[in-house]
Amino acid sequence: MRRTQVQATINGERVEFLCEPRQSLLEVLREELNLTGAKEGCNNGNCGACSVLLNGRVVNSCCVLGVELEGADLTTIEGIGQAGSLHPLQQTFLEEAALQCGICTPGFIVSAKALLDKEPHPDEHRVRWWLANNLCRCTGYDKIVRAVLKAADQMEEVKPV
Amino acid sequence: MENFDYVAPRSLAEAYATLGNGRSSLMLAGGTDVIVQLREGRKRCDQLIDLKHIPDLMTFQVNSDGSLEIGAAAPLATLYENAEIARRFPAIVDAATIIGGTQIQSRASLGGNLCNASPAADSSPALMALGARLVIGSSSGTREIAVEDFFVGPGRSALQPGELLVKIVVPALRENAGAFYHRFIPRNEMDIAVASAGVLLELDGSGQITRARVALGAVGPTPIMVPAAAQAVTGKAANADTFALAGAAAAEAATPITDMRGSIAQRKHLASVLTVRAFEGALARIKGDS
Repeated sequence: MRRTQVQATINGERVEFLCEPRQSLLEVLREELNLTGAKEGCNNGNCGACSVLLNGRVVNSCCVLGVELEGADLTTIEGIGQAGSLHPLQQTFLEEAALQCGICTPGFIVSAKALLDKEPHPDEHRVRWWLANNLCRCTGYDKIVRAVLKAADQMEEVKPV
Repeated sequence: MENFDYVAPRSLAEAYATLGNGRSSLMLAGGTDVIVQLREGRKRCDQLIDLKHIPDLMTFQVNSDGSLEIGAAAPLATLYENAEIARRFPAIVDAATIIGGTQIQSRASLGGNLCNASPAADSSPALMALGARLVIGSSSGTREIAVEDFFVGPGRSALQPGELLVKIVVPALRENAGAFYHRFIPRNEMDIAVASAGVLLELDGSGQITRARVALGAVGPTPIMVPAAAQAVTGKAANADTFALAGAAAAEAATPITDMRGSIAQRKHLASVLTVRAFEGALARIKGDS
């Protein structure tokens, strides 16, 4: 099958890649672009482990085709914070021990970032509702929700008055 | 996943031409159903037609007469984030905010939810209660059908080869009218309806019911209208006794199956309870309580 050339912006950089129409964005990220932060959990849109920000909206990359990325702006977990300068969400996930095995964590952080970008002061109910498309089979969610609320508080504090 | 060609037409005319080229086609809107179906081998196609580059299919507008036109591929989140839709058509928001979760709603569309033709789809009873009509297009023109006539069986719609769903037209609600949709699921979110009900309620100045529409999901091979429930309440006062008559008619009309999500008895019971509560929800909206 002929591979299609795709141009997109990924984590702020112009990227060109080749992919087959049948390859999901998740496959392209992990297998062609070596961006392995997004995880394959269910591969059918239920678990959210593969969450990425596509043109500012959080989507399951297993339910997007790589070819759909033409001209798009994509942010993956690799584009959120760096070693040594973590995003507040990454820091509070550590502080609150909001992870055990870690497979769901990139998806939770990407999804939570999409929420805080849109709504800086969500209440607990809002956080739980927003994150319903992210499944965690280890921690039981309380710590994750606490970490997101704490990050929201901290991000508020550092904003200039 | 078996391979296929990916085509991204820029206009409806281009899409119709692609549909008519003799190759088997599937439509790609949000992809939250079709990509999974292709991956799992439940569907296949020679060409997957991405509809998201056709502006007509991605936009929505409230017309001067108060009716709402929704492009079939417009993402759910863009609908419920719109203040005018939320104010004028809260029953659409009822459905759009519970189809999958946040990630799904970023991409999934009402058109995709309808064309997937699941008997448990959340958008169907809501749009049926609202009296929505569907505009279907092909290279030979367009036709319009009521949304309740769109479903032929589980996973099967009235779309013919060469046709695609272009838009959904929702009539304006009258004065003293309200609509409400909800479903029963055993958890709080991210699930498929065990049963669901959508209701449109119209009152006259004295609080008598002048018109109602009742639609049920997941209690038969397609979502169904329940005219007997509407008839049972018309001309009566909008109160619990009246709504109970509609509930009884809904349970009577339901023809569910027993499966992993629920039994026949549970679903018939739910049809009644959900109908009564949907009437209460619609009434609360007329009164401005919610």
